[in-house]
Amino acid sequence: MKHAASAELFILDAPRTKWHDETLWFVRTKRDRAARQLPEWETLRETAAAIKAHTMSRLGDFLEQFEANAKKLGAVVHWAADAEEHNRIVLEILQSHGVKKLVKSKSMLTEECHLNPHLERHGIEVVDSDLGERIVQLAKEPPSHIVLPAIHFKKEDVGALFHKHLGTDAGASDPQYLAEAARGHLRGKFMAADAGLTGVNFAIAETGGFVICTNEGNADLGVSLPKLHIACMGIEKIIPRTADLGVFLRLLARSATGQPITTYSSHFHGPVAGGEMHIVLVDNGRTGILKSDEFRRSLNCIRCGACMNTCPVYRRSGGHSYHATVPGPIGSILSPAQDAAKHDSLPFACSLCGSCTDVCPVKIDLHHQLLTWRKEIADRGLLPRTKVWSMKLASAVLKRPRLYRLAGFFARKIVPHLPRFMIYNRFNAWGKQRELPEFPKESFRQQFKSRKRQ
Amino acid sequence: MPQVGLFIPCYVDQLYPRVGMATVELLERFGCEVEFPEGQTCCGQPMANTGCTAEARPLAERFLEIFGRYEYVVGPSGSCVAMVRHHYEELLGVSSGSDSSGSCRPGFEDLKKKTFELCEFLTDVLKVDRVDIRFPYKVGLHQSCHGLRELRLASSSEIMGPAHGKAEQLLKLCEGLELTRLERPDECCGFGGTFAVNEEAVSCLMGHDRIRDHLHAGTEVLTANDMSCLMHLEGLIRRDKKPLRVMHIAEILAGDKP
Repeated sequence: MKHAASAELFILDAPRTKWHDETLWFVRTKRDRAARQLPEWETLRETAAAIKAHTMSRLGDFLEQFEANAKKLGAVVHWAADAEEHNRIVLEILQSHGVKKLVKSKSMLTEECHLNPHLERHGIEVVDSDLGERIVQLAKEPPSHIVLPAIHFKKEDVGALFHKHLGTDAGASDPQYLAEAARGHLRGKFMAADAGLTGVNFAIAETGGFVICTNEGNADLGVSLPKLHIACMGIEKIIPRTADLGVFLRLLARSATGQPITTYSSHFHGPVAGGEMHIVLVDNGRTGILKSDEFRRSLNCIRCGACMNTCPVYRRSGGHSYHATVPGPIGSILSPAQDAAKHDSLPFACSLCGSCTDVCPVKIDLHHQLLTWRKEIADRGLLPRTKVWSMKLASAVLKRPRLYRLAGFFARKIVPHLPRFMIYNRFNAWGKQRELPEFPKESFRQQFKSRKRQ
Repeated sequence: MPQVGLFIPCYVDQLYPRVGMATVELLERFGCEVEFPEGQTCCGQPMANTGCTAEARPLAERFLEIFGRYEYVVGPSGSCVAMVRHHYEELLGVSSGSDSSGSCRPGFEDLKKKTFELCEFLTDVLKVDRVDIRFPYKVGLHQSCHGLRELRLASSSEIMGPAHGKAEQLLKLCEGLELTRLERPDECCGFGGTFAVNEEAVSCLMGHDRIRDHLHAGTEVLTANDMSCLMHLEGLIRRDKKPLRVMHIAEILAGDKP
């Protein structure tokens, strides 16, 4: 389903759309307040973008440095070319350790690779331990936002879901009560887990360690009890030095939720005593993006979600309308890189307002990349034929000033006299909710000419 | 006397002649010699924004040919001027990225430097500091996105730093004019060119939300430096019979009344 059609369905529920828009706008304003408190905010963005550009310019070297240092710390490092290999590696590790129950902390990478269904098919119970992720998991839905996976759920929806799955009181929707219920439920899962799987926010080449940022401490709980920790990361998560970390930690939480820092920024350096740590480095299309001059900067993304919170289209169409693991502006760049034909409507789900570009903490020129994707889609012959021909026709007319003047002349002569039904009908998307402008008798150029003659 | 080649966007030419005339009056009042090159049609933005580079390129070439000879090129649209200044580069054979040798079409760099949106031309080139206009209304300024985030005609709410705005600067020169304070000072109206019809539902909802913000703030006259945003918003306002008048900023500064 194309974005516009899904968005139209989402908007049918007007009060919920308004609530969704306002909830995310609230997060955006929190981000503004947090950013404003740092006089060096724009310098931080510049610095982060420069560190990322440098990292991407020699990503292979940094990855190998990270691998060597992680091994020195006692971790086992795996390389996965694509989602399938990633899923196979994780399954093999789990099976060789006889794991039946796995707890996960939030990882958009494993969403991207569709790891959960793969493991479940092989008889492994997978529990997402981030509260939002657990909500969408129980609802059997994909996340609708990369930082706030269940942002499309109202507290009443969560109450109904928990009543069904966790046995909370019918009709109860008090957030405190529901969070306590989830906490009790998840504690049991943590205690029983045979292994913990986490994502990675930042992997540091010079130390071989990595950092995971959560607000719930669930990553720490998930990997502290079991003896097996698997960390899965996209290869773009590398930063060169520990000294660079401060730049990103300060930007990440402020951009994501307006917090000065995430509640937990947990550092991992090798396995716990008597345990094992496996790090899976995943490409899955990233080197393809790295090769492209136009789209390389999209690998700078630190998955803060600020571009979603600020996007006027995302806020009014919901994450699911993108039909992609990562929705919103950054998702509309990354997803067509995976499958352009499937995601061909996403670069057009954008008014090119540029708010995402200005909000991005690592200065990805998001709206320009979306524009570049439109060209790619046209070049690959994926534009709908109606669009191609209307643009060819428009260009043909506009190249010929006399034809252009004539077309305008007749439109101004004829349209005002047409009966309303001939203008406002199902073929006129403009006129569904909007009036056309009132056509003037004369064009500007006619007025300008006659003024000169006076 | 600054010599100006007047750049009137195609839809302004055909649908909003008054905006063009107000632009002429303003430029002349501030001492410019204004010429309207008849060969101009459209800057090519609709094609470029749809991804149809081949269809946009000849229009960019024509633009350079037609406007190359003027001392200044001025247009009453942030969006169309942004197209020329920021997006013609790749249409006119200047490659981005790997090849920075600059195989630029002759005259393009010069064109880029001398092409201005009306408000910035008034504030930055002509240094206008009085307009002698009385406009005793509550005015809501819509920050059109391309003027805001491509041309930086004002500070955007996302970027941290001192606030500024060229349109606001000019409006404040009008006697009796009161600017309304919006809850969301620079959210997109949802026009977005072909987006307005491709994503009709989202586009109209975005427009409705802007209008509500303005009504809530007490706006009587809604203005902007892009008529395209205003065409979309006015379409919604007229359909819903909302008590809001819509005027391009050139009309206000030229002394028109709502």
